[in-house]
Amino acid sequence: NETTMWFRKLCHRNQTLVLEWLVETSHPTFFLSAWIINQSEAPPEPRPAPIGTHAEKANLPVFTMDYPRIQIPFEVTLWVLLASFAKIGFHVYHKITVWVPESCLLISIGLIVGAIMHSVNEEPPAVLTSNVFFLYMLPPIVLDSGYFMPTRPFFENIGTVLWFAVVGTLWNSIGIGMSLFAICQIEAFGVQDINLQENLLFASIISAVDPVAVLNVFEDVSVNEQLYIVVFGECLFNDAVTVVLYNMFNFVAEMPVVEPVDVFLGVARFFVVGLGGMGFGILFGFVAAFTTRFTSKVREIEPLFIFMYSYLAYLVAELFAISSIMAIVTCALTMKYYVEENVSQRSCTTIRHVVKMLGSISETLIFFFLGVVTITTEHEWNWGYILFTLLFAFVWRGLGVLVLTQIINPFRTIPFNLKDQFGLAYGGLRGAISFALAFTLPDNIGRRQLFITATIAIILFTVFLQGISIRPLIELINVRRTNRNLDTINAEIHCRLMEHTIAGIEDLCGQWSHFYWKDKFMKFNNRILRRILIRDSRAESSIVALYKKLELQNAMEILDTVSGDISAAPSIVSLYEEKKNAGKPKKMFLAADLRNMHDILSKNMYKIRQRVRSGIIWIIFLALLLFIYMFSLITQSNTVSHFFMHLYFCGLCCKLSGRT
Amino acid sequence: MGAAQTRTENKYQDLAEKTGFSQEQIKNLHKRFQYLSGDEETISRDDLRKIPALANNPIRKQIIEAFFDKRNQHQDEVGSFQEIGFEQFLMVMSHFRPPTLKTTDEEREAMRREKLRFLFNMHDTDSDGTITLEEYRKVVEELLSKSGSIGQEAAKAIADAAMLEVASTNVPHMGPDDFYEGITFEHFEQILKGLEMESRMHIRFLDVDAPTMHCGKSKS
Repeated sequence: NETTMWFRKLCHRNQTLVLEWLVETSHPTFFLSAWIINQSEAPPEPRPAPIGTHAEKANLPVFTMDYPRIQIPFEVTLWVLLASFAKIGFHVYHKITVWVPESCLLISIGLIVGAIMHSVNEEPPAVLTSNVFFLYMLPPIVLDSGYFMPTRPFFENIGTVLWFAVVGTLWNSIGIGMSLFAICQIEAFGVQDINLQENLLFASIISAVDPVAVLNVFEDVSVNEQLYIVVFGECLFNDAVTVVLYNMFNFVAEMPVVEPVDVFLGVARFFVVGLGGMGFGILFGFVAAFTTRFTSKVREIEPLFIFMYSYLAYLVAELFAISSIMAIVTCALTMKYYVEENVSQRSCTTIRHVVKMLGSISETLIFFFLGVVTITTEHEWNWGYILFTLLFAFVWRGLGVLVLTQIINPFRTIPFNLKDQFGLAYGGLRGAISFALAFTLPDNIGRRQLFITATIAIILFTVFLQGISIRPLIELINVRRTNRNLDTINAEIHCRLMEHTIAGIEDLCGQWSHFYWKDKFMKFNNRILRRILIRDSRAESSIVALYKKLELQNAMEILDTVSGDISAAPSIVSLYEEKKNAGKPKKMFLAADLRNMHDILSKNMYKIRQRVRSGIIWIIFLALLLFIYMFSLITQSNTVSHFFMHLYFCGLCCKLSGRT
Repeated sequence: MGAAQTRTENKYQDLAEKTGFSQEQIKNLHKRFQYLSGDEETISRDDLRKIPALANNPIRKQIIEAFFDKRNQHQDEVGSFQEIGFEQFLMVMSHFRPPTLKTTDEEREAMRREKLRFLFNMHDTDSDGTITLEEYRKVVEELLSKSGSIGQEAAKAIADAAMLEVASTNVPHMGPDDFYEGITFEHFEQILKGLEMESRMHIRFLDVDAPTMHCGKSKS
């Protein structure tokens, strides 16, 4: 009608004025009009004159186009698609992916696209800002790494991992920084204006290792577990250390003078950041686990909780400027164990898939951008500085690994031999984090372009050279391998048998190693944590078989391959039946009878108290006592509060010592 | 005093050569042995059963039995002792030494075989050289016994599945009427080939004189 048409025209000029006018006059049809205006915003005026209509007579536009509106999401989607097509393309020719790691290929494609863009003089989308990288692109990658970290080897080697991550990164940063500062003093290179703080800043950027490519090679070659987990863990945690150092040096670079108290504060800050990150992660992990306890009726949104809580952990940590990477990694680690018990099988699969997918996309995009940006930014090349940076990066990494391994080997039960050390040192590729940190350097750093160029040079060099050559080298020097295929019932049984034996012998000779702490934690876990965080924390009365899992795997493999003929698929039962020995065992293995023995064996190292009900009653009782005690404190009745305090602590002691 | 000192040192030297422990480790273990035995020369099964921390272990019986098993003494005897002395104690403990950087590949193989032998002996209670279905069932039952309400049926089923696995891996062309006697040591080795026992089944024996737990009673 006329009124709405009039409103609509007015709105195109200045929407807010109209609304204000409407509010002031309290027009009776205000709300209706406002709603209509909103709805009518949808089809915009045609920008280019629509084909086939005359200018004076505004006919209904048959064909319109509005590119600016969708520009950003559209371009992002195109980039992601392009990178994903590239990934498909790599696997067409199988041999390539064996010898050339994916990151190399992605960077190459990025370089090509960048060259194309450069030649048509177009700018790459300005989306690689600090915020975009740290808030949107980094979390999925880190979540991916954290979620799929093999927990048992990680905790067994945690000392080594932290040692290499923290001390190693510090060693690298300070070493490279100092050496570069020394080089800067030489007049011939013309970089005398870079002071020590800026050198240290740059060094902290390039000491962040990102051995994604190497990890893939390690997995393919099945190197021994210890080497794999140390490289993996180092990659993850040194991101956190690097970011802390970067922020610290960034702050310090702006200060004219550095005093000793600043150094001390820096160290203190480091601990706050690290431990705070872990604390937040654990907190959010537990909350997430607790939430999934109640989601049995809303299975479809179960995966959402995982992502939201981990992302929340990341953001809250960013809020307090503590290590968000540690937060999200610890959150994933804590959460995974309990959540995978609470959620349905489908949700579990969904979570794993989506985590992998998001991580993969982020990584792809970053390497892609690296390639593009390499061509399209302006570079400042300085032969001396860059070559020496390369040299020092290698040298300090190698030295660092040697020295640190010598120090930590006596504390390890399986010491690293020289071949492992070589793998560790050579696997120190630089990657996404360095790139992002360099790119987001503040503008007040004088030689920002030089730093960016140097970082890109190092990344390209290490990724291409080391990434491609590491596989033949690892195979050549014959690093100790590990057999990964342990999915047999016998292996599982004997692993548990061995662990119990070792725990027993350790108790017997009174000497403890990590088995003791693991055992203590498992007891705490079983008694308290599992009760609270898992929906059905009783030990299942029937066991889901590894057998059933194998059967399931067998079936899924057949379904997955395109040409599988399901009717002809033998199940494990029938396969075994063919080779069956008469007389022993006569029973058929009904899959319904057996349930996860694997889980049972792994979780039940020690006796689980079965009395869930009494446990809950205890918790309620103690909570009630506590509440009354605090209430009596508030009302300041001393005798009552003392009485209840005594009662509470008695109850607590009784419960803990196991009497009812 | 001096003579007694050198005598013990010579004894330790012998033991060090036989078992591969260092002098420091042997000294620590001797202290522990004396604590467990109540300052006597030998340990009996009851002494070991008294250890409170061991009470929660599901395979406590097998572990204790392993100490008294003659087969673990590397001397080709069968049967079991009633009581063991320090030397036998050490011999059993030596199964759990970790490999060092200097261990060669053959030594690693030997270590692995030794450790697998230890586990095999834990299963094979009647010392006939094979693990029968009954023996295997027993161990699986014990292993799962502390984990709540796992029925005996379920434990049996798992043991059956495990035996089947061994049978199908090692004797792939069994006819329908063949009888699988039991797991021999070779089959046992074969099935556990991938587990890298030598790197995983070990205890870090302390070199320094770390205070060992005395459970409230302080001796000496």
